[in-house]
Amino acid sequence: MIFSKQFFLGIALVAGAGLTLQAQHRPIPKAPAKAAAKTAADPALAASLTRGAVVYKNVCITCHQADGGGLPPINPPLIKTQYVLGDKARLSHIVLAGLAEPIEIDGEEYKQHMPAQAYLTDQQIADVLTYVRNSFGNKASAVQVAEVKAVRATLK
Amino acid sequence: MRSTYSRLLLGTAALAGSALLYASQTNVRVAPDPDNAGLKLPAGFGALKVAETGGKARHIAITPQGTIYVKLNRVKDGKGILVLHSQPNGKATVTSGFGDYGGTGMYVKSGYLYASSDHDVYRYKLDDRGEVVDPAKAELLVRGLKVGSQHESKSIVLDNDNNLYVNVGAYANACQEQDRTRGSKGIPNCPILDSAGGIWQFKASQLNQRYAQGTRYATGLRNVVGLDWNPQDNQLFVMQHGRDQLHDNWPALYTDQQSATLPAECMYALSKGSNAGWPYIYYDPQRKEVMQGPEYGGDGKTAAKGDYLKPAAAYPAHMAPNGLLFYTGNMFPAKYRNGAFIAFHGSWNRAPEPQAGYMVAFQPFKDGKPSGQWEVFADNFSGSAEKTASGRADHRPCGLAQGPDGSLYVSDDSKGTIYRIVYNAKK
Repeated sequence: MIFSKQFFLGIALVAGAGLTLQAQHRPIPKAPAKAAAKTAADPALAASLTRGAVVYKNVCITCHQADGGGLPPINPPLIKTQYVLGDKARLSHIVLAGLAEPIEIDGEEYKQHMPAQAYLTDQQIADVLTYVRNSFGNKASAVQVAEVKAVRATLK
Repeated sequence: MRSTYSRLLLGTAALAGSALLYASQTNVRVAPDPDNAGLKLPAGFGALKVAETGGKARHIAITPQGTIYVKLNRVKDGKGILVLHSQPNGKATVTSGFGDYGGTGMYVKSGYLYASSDHDVYRYKLDDRGEVVDPAKAELLVRGLKVGSQHESKSIVLDNDNNLYVNVGAYANACQEQDRTRGSKGIPNCPILDSAGGIWQFKASQLNQRYAQGTRYATGLRNVVGLDWNPQDNQLFVMQHGRDQLHDNWPALYTDQQSATLPAECMYALSKGSNAGWPYIYYDPQRKEVMQGPEYGGDGKTAAKGDYLKPAAAYPAHMAPNGLLFYTGNMFPAKYRNGAFIAFHGSWNRAPEPQAGYMVAFQPFKDGKPSGQWEVFADNFSGSAEKTASGRADHRPCGLAQGPDGSLYVSDDSKGTIYRIVYNAKK
């Protein structure tokens, strides 16, 4: 397991698109070792996860936190909730259009609005959602660019 | 046996006519927890966990007779206000509860208990033992206050002239066209300020008031949770939660490190008509300057246009000051008297930098104004340095109150623990 984690880190460093992990003042949250083992056999998924981690750090981390735990009762967690693991179209819609109504997760009500992040490209949204669905203990299928694109088309 | 002995001592003390001796004898009976309730405190202080309420304990108030009232943010078992009575060792028992509404505000003054929901303010008559006469009889003082999906708390305090002050938090981060959205501009003449983003003054004994019967006492305050009336200069002091997300919304103007340290959490000394400038400005503690907000043409380097109230004191960014208390007791050493304790709830808006706060600070005062550097007073509510850095704090300080003997009480709205901090130097 330790070996595969290092291996994944190695991939991340190579594919990091000018972003050296060591140069970050705080490390980009790493995908768990389980996902790393899977990505070793799937370079496209590995690349998406790496790009997604960068988007997460730049856009999502303030509210949802490095560990994906959010901040009760303001910002909802991304860990093992149906909002993240369930319908990918609904998840893409939240990122593209934001979320204005309160939601309840594990008995806690989260009220702060999620702002729309429509300025992100379909690729960036697919990457960050793939990352979120395979981090913080989550394990779910990748989000494809076409899936995000289809949701964006409904918003125009 | 022990209480008889104490009474004997008390009797002797009273005969000796020494108020100081009275106080110190009372203190001896309160035993700090062996681990000081997990807190880090200055030398000579001790702490105990008075009670575990299991609720989201927001502000607390204590009557002159010692009954503790705790306002819960969310109703628990049908109760939004808990009543606690202390035992001789300082521990307290939840003896009852009432009020079927959540909220934050809790204050005791001149024979009344005041409480707020996120929409309304109520009062309850207290008897001469400091007990609520009829818990079912809430008198509605103020109703119809604005509430959105953020900054909902209606914190309350009274002055000495029967006026009630209520915070109405702005239901936005910086009055953008699209709240918290990258690059979204500020709305000119921010419309939120007509009914929120300030402190409203009402009559403390008039029923059924609405905005029309109140006065917008001070404006340009994004969200105040901690506030107190300073008895020394007879002035309202408030702690503002400063704006969030300078980097998230304006990445070309602010790095994430700058965003973690800007703006300061500010203490303001208010007068009628004060304008602290939200959403147009923010306070930069490094430059020691009021800056133009990026939503209103600022670039991180340009000082504010317009004349706004300057902070009375500034504290690190995003630490969320939720409680403010002017200490008037005799138990603590002289330096604390008339100074301010501030409960910092702890940050969320500093990621990817480490989170901070989760402690009670002390701000020295002289002649009714902040004087000298603030210091950390009670730390480690989070449980460890790692839990502070990750923001996964075990406990989060929220409300402050002074007990009749001069003890400092702190509420925690994460697990519902009520703390009591005592000074034991004369033990």
